[in-house]
Amino acid sequence: MIDWPLLSITTFLPLLGAAFILTIRGDALVVARNARNVALLTSLATFLVSLLAWTNFNSGTADFQLVDQASWLPGFDISYKVGVDGISLFFVLLSTFLTPLCILSAWEAVQVRVKEYMISFLILETMMVGMFCALDLVLFYVFFEGVLIPMFIIIGVWGGPRRVYAAFKFFLYTLLGSVLMLLAVLAMYFDAHTTDIQVLIAHSFPLGLQPWLWLAFFASFAVKVPMWPLHTWLPDAHVEAPTAGSVILAGVLLKMGGYGFLRFSLPMFPVASHYFAPLVFTLSIVAVIYTSLVALVQQDMKKLIAYSSVAHMGFVTIGVFTVQVQGVEGAIFQMLSHGVVSAALFLCVGVVYDRMHTREINRYGGLASRMPAYAVVFMLFTMASIGLPGTSGFIGEFLVLMGAFQVNSWISLFAATGLILGPSYMLYLYRRVIFGKLVREDLKSILDLSRREIAVFVPLILVVLWMGVYPSSFLGPMHASVAKLINDYQLAQTVANSASVAVR
Amino acid sequence: MSELPNFAPALPEIFIALSAIALLLLGVFRKDDTTQGISALAIVAMLFAGLLVPAAAGGRSVTFGGMFVVDGFSVFAKILVLLASGFTLGMSVNWLVREKLGRFEYPVLVLLATLGMMLMISANNLIALYLGLELQSLALYVLAAYQRDSGRATEAGLKYFVLGSLASGMLLYGSSLIYGFAGSTGFDALARSFSQGAPIGVIVGVVFVLAAIAFKISAVPFHMWTPDVYEGAPTPVTAFFAVGPKIAAFAMLVRVMVGPFGDLTHQWSQVIVFISIASMVLGAFGAIAQNNIKRMMAYSSIGHVGYALIGLAVGDQVGIRGVLVYLAIYLFMNVGTFAVILSMRQKGRLMEGIDDLAGYSRSHPMTAVALAVFMLSMAGIPPLAGFWGKFYVFMAAIDKGYVGLAIIGVVTSVVSAFYYLRIIKVMYFDEPVEVLDHGTGKGLSFIVAVNAVLVALFIFAPSSLVSSAGTAAAALFGG
Repeated sequence: MIDWPLLSITTFLPLLGAAFILTIRGDALVVARNARNVALLTSLATFLVSLLAWTNFNSGTADFQLVDQASWLPGFDISYKVGVDGISLFFVLLSTFLTPLCILSAWEAVQVRVKEYMISFLILETMMVGMFCALDLVLFYVFFEGVLIPMFIIIGVWGGPRRVYAAFKFFLYTLLGSVLMLLAVLAMYFDAHTTDIQVLIAHSFPLGLQPWLWLAFFASFAVKVPMWPLHTWLPDAHVEAPTAGSVILAGVLLKMGGYGFLRFSLPMFPVASHYFAPLVFTLSIVAVIYTSLVALVQQDMKKLIAYSSVAHMGFVTIGVFTVQVQGVEGAIFQMLSHGVVSAALFLCVGVVYDRMHTREINRYGGLASRMPAYAVVFMLFTMASIGLPGTSGFIGEFLVLMGAFQVNSWISLFAATGLILGPSYMLYLYRRVIFGKLVREDLKSILDLSRREIAVFVPLILVVLWMGVYPSSFLGPMHASVAKLINDYQLAQTVANSASVAVR
Repeated sequence: MSELPNFAPALPEIFIALSAIALLLLGVFRKDDTTQGISALAIVAMLFAGLLVPAAAGGRSVTFGGMFVVDGFSVFAKILVLLASGFTLGMSVNWLVREKLGRFEYPVLVLLATLGMMLMISANNLIALYLGLELQSLALYVLAAYQRDSGRATEAGLKYFVLGSLASGMLLYGSSLIYGFAGSTGFDALARSFSQGAPIGVIVGVVFVLAAIAFKISAVPFHMWTPDVYEGAPTPVTAFFAVGPKIAAFAMLVRVMVGPFGDLTHQWSQVIVFISIASMVLGAFGAIAQNNIKRMMAYSSIGHVGYALIGLAVGDQVGIRGVLVYLAIYLFMNVGTFAVILSMRQKGRLMEGIDDLAGYSRSHPMTAVALAVFMLSMAGIPPLAGFWGKFYVFMAAIDKGYVGLAIIGVVTSVVSAFYYLRIIKVMYFDEPVEVLDHGTGKGLSFIVAVNAVLVALFIFAPSSLVSSAGTAAAALFGG
């Protein structure tokens, strides 16, 4: 056991790296090279520190661990407080795991304004990690919205042709959702007189207030997830963002919504969550079926994967609101799996985009003969996305369906159609890009994966297989926290029911 | 022979008045160009007065027959005003020299305007309030038209003068109504007389006073002069207008409303709610179509006034604390932004178009980062300081159940985020057309850097500002 403030180090180490990069001066090429190196080293060091946090994590308890606290706004009972439990631990790891890969993937793809790019990514990492660690609602909100700034810059500066539109849409859409949450946060502060998340989870909010608070939080998280019909910013943002931006967007930013439901909506507003669960199920099922169908007709690879993300996140929201052990653990697992797999798929798109500068599916075909290694890697992640047993995708979807079946078999029936539609669009994509005859002239000289690209994909492949073959190392630590979440939830329902009976 | 009044509470004001006269004399007797020297001396005078302000306080003290009050609230507001005047005067020196407009009257006028603002803040009587306001306004009218060869500046000065005198007239009319119905112009006497409600004449008078002050803080529907004057006046003067007088008038508004008319809160609160909503909405939507950055800042300031008014509409100690925090943060954001605008030069000429900033992040990376920080902060995006300003006023609104007001506030803040982001878009996403000049003054860069650092790092130490604002607000409620 090490007695360091591991989570604070994980949070602020990237910021330190960013500040260091800011001071690099001199010849443009030297600056770019040094910025890349510093960013990579910083993010790797951050990843190592977060691994240290994992080894120091005690799976046996549902309490928040590795807690650091410092006074921040004295007199208000709003403080700087970070800590992790079984639910948030892996999201922190996911963020620190994906950031070095993003930086590595942009090694050659980003040639302009390298310094600013690396600074943006490191600031983004601080925001993401801080958000998952935050144990104070105001602190959470600061990080939650702070994410928008670097992401706006990343999409807008290094994005595609319609990047300005996409960046504005992304920023304003998510901002509108989250400002309502700010008001709910303030209302909660005046009800509970603190914004300490641990206290708020134990606090029971008045039944009249809960639906409003729930809706305000929902407005924010539903945009982030994104749930149908609030998902329209996602395809735009994904298509225009640079590869690494898409990776973080799909890999981590979408998880902020699902994490929010688990951390706030369920434990703090249990009665309202129960009341609104049918709404969430309906929207999620529409998302699973509708966006899968939309994905089938896409001509742009990134757009297709973006729509598939919406469908996969539909599984997550179903799992969360089943409030069954399998459902919730499945939802978390599905988020982690989707974080790795969709990140890898966007990186796969990035590989061919870097070579051909187009993402149009029709411009490709028959890549298997020129790029065998790429075909294998792409195949593996396609299978993981479909949910083939042995890959991470299977565990998550299976657990979610199992949880949903206990609540309502119709939900699992509709959700299961996603298991048919998912392979349809993914295999269709794979066939059009990889198989067939290599007819296009410019594809005949395309090169297979470089060493750097292999170095990016190997960790992702290992994690996907690890999660698929031995999920216990991930499910184990989250078990105690999930069990406590569900216990508290059911207790709150019983209390609310007995109260309403007493009123009658 | 009557006894002399106690001068001690008014020491900073007396010092500023004496230094203004001394500098005026110095300027007249020296034949050579002394603008820079006198500006520097004026800044030193303000700095020294800033040190005197907290020393002169110490609980609440009243002097000059109850006309003049010093308390925690006035200390806080005066320090803000002195900071604002000092910063903006420091920014203008460089401009005066470059444009060959250097005359020693400029710093003296700024000093006199500052004196007026400090008197407004400390006024404890409607007459004293009017005198302070007029001293400030007269100096500002001259400053607006300072670049007298420019048609735009002259127009701005005249417009400001005509509309400003109208506002002064309304203030006087309202004051006379209040005097006629309540029998006094002293705030302490007025505060005692309305516990059983007030005659309708007083209410009408309060509304007139409110309208006049709304004019000075450029709140809707009395905002019409703002975009024209902001655009027409020379940029350093605009920077000066945008910060100090706004803060002083706001402090005066707060004192008048919660002091003498504190018992009538539910009467004027609905007016403030309306003004607040109208300002937020107009500020947000009006700025979208602007292409001149000074005009955009005018609408932005209208919007900011709307947010700060939320705190006053709530009308309790938490609300006033929110107002003060908001004003303090507004000061640093605005000073910084105008310092950047002042450094936008092309071949020596001052540029004002938003599109002139295209590619600014390439040619001036550090200044561009600073301007981005100011813009995001004004949009209220955490973790920057502007977010905390909004946080505290919304906190007050939610606490007292003004949920509708808060919802309109956050929605308009999303709308206004659009045009703040537009500046960032132009700087970062667009390719440069014509590069703006480099090296536009060490002083300006210093002011930009100081304010950017304050705005960006406020989150790490918010408590000192918030707690001193809290103390200042408590002073107003007799705490």
